Amino acid sequence: MSRSAKKGPFVDERLMRRITEMNQAGQKRMIKTWSRSSTVFPEMVGHTIAVHDGRKHVPIFISESMVGHKLGEFALTRTFRGHVKSDRSARR
Amino acid sequence: MARIAGVNLPPQKRVEIGLTYIYGVGRSTSNTILAKLAINPDTKVRDLTEEEVVRLREAIDGSVTVEGDLRRERSQNIKRLMDIGCYRGIRHRRGMPVNGQRTKTNARTRKGPKKTVGARRSKK
Repeated sequence: MSRSAKKGPFVDERLMRRITEMNQAGQKRMIKTWSRSSTVFPEMVGHTIAVHDGRKHVPIFISESMVGHKLGEFALTRTFRGHVKSDRSARR
Repeated sequence: MARIAGVNLPPQKRVEIGLTYIYGVGRSTSNTILAKLAINPDTKVRDLTEEEVVRLREAIDGSVTVEGDLRRERSQNIKRLMDIGCYRGIRHRRGMPVNGQRTKTNARTRKGPKKTVGARRSKK
């Protein structure tokens, strides 16, 4: 179910504060964040945000079409290295 | 012969059903349109008067996205997801289910026919 419109979209306050600070200062540094559930705001466009995937921070460059998605959608949490190739080669 | 939204000419069916031959029009859209235009959904397509066909055509061109436009819109939406590299986009790219379904079993519609991988026991 989607979130109540009354509350507006969710962003981690600390993250947003740092973004606005950087926007005012006109600088662009990478921000590390654990807040995967934060919505991407128009203010974030052009910044690079390092989103935690459970192990490390994945740097994500925010582009315009990402607005409205959640940060977590861009940092995958699973590593799938593929299935073991068919056993034929391992057979003697 | 009624020709609406490009290629569609459904024959001896009732209009209600005939309209659903248009990509993007289902039973419910079809019914709302017919109700709005006050056309009896039970009339056969071939029995529609020329004037009714024109009204239908206008209503569909004006209010619903159908056929090519709709297809384009859909593929653009998917393309957007793939371009921004989000989870859903990646699932589309890999041809895996997008909405969080299980993939341990099933998911055959997206994954296509079974490819057996099973670890065979080595011959002694």
